[in-house]
Amino acid sequence: MPRTLNALLPILIAVCLSIGATNAMAQQDAALLKKGEYLARAGDCIACHTAREGKTFAGGLPMKTPFGTIYTSNITPDPATGIGTWTSDQFYQMMHNGRFPDGGLVYPAMPFASYTKVTREDSDAIYAYLRSIPPVKQLNREHDLRFPFNNRSLIIGWRTLFFKAGEFKPDPTKSADWNRGAYLVEGLGHCGMCHTAINALGGSSESQAFEGGLIPMQNWYAPSLTSNKEAGLGDWSIEEITDYLRKGVSARGAVYGPMAEVVYNSLQYLDDDDTRAMAVYLKGLAQGTSPEKPAKPLPSAESSLLVSLGKPIYDRECAHCHGTVGLGMPPHYPPLADNQSIQMVSAVNAIRMVLNGGYPPGTAGNPMPYGMPPFAHRLSDDEVAAVVTFIRTSWGNRGEPVSARQANELRAATLN
Amino acid sequence: MAQRFPAIFAFLALIALPFAPAQSQPAERAPDTMAARVLACASCHGAEGEGTSDVYFPRLAGKPAGYLYNQLVAFRDGRRKYPPMNYLLEFLPDAYLKQIAEHFASLRPPFPPPAPPTVSTEILARGESLVKEGDAKSGVPPCSGCHGPSLGGMEPGIPGLLGLRASYISAQLGGWRYGTRTAFTPDCMQIVAGLLTEDDVKAVAAYLSSRPAPTDPSFANQGSLPMPLACGSQPN
Repeated sequence: MPRTLNALLPILIAVCLSIGATNAMAQQDAALLKKGEYLARAGDCIACHTAREGKTFAGGLPMKTPFGTIYTSNITPDPATGIGTWTSDQFYQMMHNGRFPDGGLVYPAMPFASYTKVTREDSDAIYAYLRSIPPVKQLNREHDLRFPFNNRSLIIGWRTLFFKAGEFKPDPTKSADWNRGAYLVEGLGHCGMCHTAINALGGSSESQAFEGGLIPMQNWYAPSLTSNKEAGLGDWSIEEITDYLRKGVSARGAVYGPMAEVVYNSLQYLDDDDTRAMAVYLKGLAQGTSPEKPAKPLPSAESSLLVSLGKPIYDRECAHCHGTVGLGMPPHYPPLADNQSIQMVSAVNAIRMVLNGGYPPGTAGNPMPYGMPPFAHRLSDDEVAAVVTFIRTSWGNRGEPVSARQANELRAATLN
Repeated sequence: MAQRFPAIFAFLALIALPFAPAQSQPAERAPDTMAARVLACASCHGAEGEGTSDVYFPRLAGKPAGYLYNQLVAFRDGRRKYPPMNYLLEFLPDAYLKQIAEHFASLRPPFPPPAPPTVSTEILARGESLVKEGDAKSGVPPCSGCHGPSLGGMEPGIPGLLGLRASYISAQLGGWRYGTRTAFTPDCMQIVAGLLTEDDVKAVAAYLSSRPAPTDPSFANQGSLPMPLACGSQPN
């Protein structure tokens, strides 16, 4: 009997040890999955890889591009239709190099030109998380691209021009916050996909990074993050930037259009430290370019007519919330005086807000947002042009007048 | 003259007053009310959800909250298609849509006077018979079977049918037939709308829009009506 006990003892010890080890591993796994889930939020994977009312991460969302329609892919761990057979090496290969496991080239609608900056460790965490979600059996739909864009070998040319693989390299002369913010903004956040102009070849040039551009097909203008004349945040406080990114509303303005999607699906989930880091980096992007002093160009006959037509419309339709002198009631009724978003060279966003109205996203920090009514059905093209011109040129605002034709063209813009 | 001065001064002060706080104090806060939050809805549906002069934009006030909530979710998720609504609601969470629905359900602005009918008495009579008795031959159940004998709707998911305009009613029946408006399966209204002819739609819309507003706008209690067909929007 004692002998048997003696013989059993090592086994018992081994069992106890392995239970302990399993617990530790389980905890480690849970932490890894949590980290992966968080990073997948930061990368906003869900926005493209989930169709409306579709299963989460099962793909199938149609993305209209100037080259045709791309259907997003299933990234659940289903072995037949998802990425269930992929290894973490293959997943990293996709994120870092934009290549499928068989070496095939990925269309750059997938923002691998940004994701290439993601570290191997973070890529592995996202991979582990995506392995843990429920598998969904759903075949990927064929892309519907026009000739010649349906020829994948064209991507080789695109890559030569616009793609440089390489993980993010911290800048030792900058703060830890700045580097973390840069990593998130340039990498997972893939902010450059919209905030850098897309050229006729569907690429964006590094030298124009974050200088803004019209988002193809959506007809929203993604403002420059480097110019304080646009959405450059150089003269915003850190708190104003973090409110904007996380709650969707701030004392300086609210998110709208495609940016509302980014806050709703991604940015509201980032923690205090990361939000602050992004704010520090974004503020720094625009340092040194201070806003120009309000110019007072003599208005032409047409623009002075628009302004005089616009004021009564403003007083009747807008002043109730935005105030008689454009101060608004921040954060819920945004100020219009000295609002960069209204004075940008491109008047697309200001016109569309008047035509379509909009709600900022409902977020944990702003669960019951205030909405702006659409005016497309109440105001004529002339009236829209007049009121937008009045707002863009009043109270020290220095935007250019807009024409009725511009207003008319945007009536046909896709809403969603 | 001396007496007039203070009067003019007071008048000037009164004019200047609205500008003064805006410039010298931090800007005001938006009112912390649902009414202020849903001003976005007012330009089409009226500040109290009473509807506007546009015949295609419906009254929202006093409809059952469950019905309004189902519509808000359907618009947000694209199951009910109307781009301006799909766009406005795209990034609003369920909990807030519920609050918006409850807000409009709780309002009781007066009904507009019914529109004088623009169709013949025969068509109105056909409409009345469809609404009250249905059409056994084509299998159309009466509207009153689910929407109540007084057509006030039933909680939580079935709306009242009074106070709506003919154009809106026929556009919605058309929407079901052509699939731009859908609801949870079984989508009872899609089935019913599919059984109606163009003339039936015209007759039903004309009759309903000609009815006077209810004196006591209230819903039937859940389960109080024996519904002639199953409906995904109305739990039993």
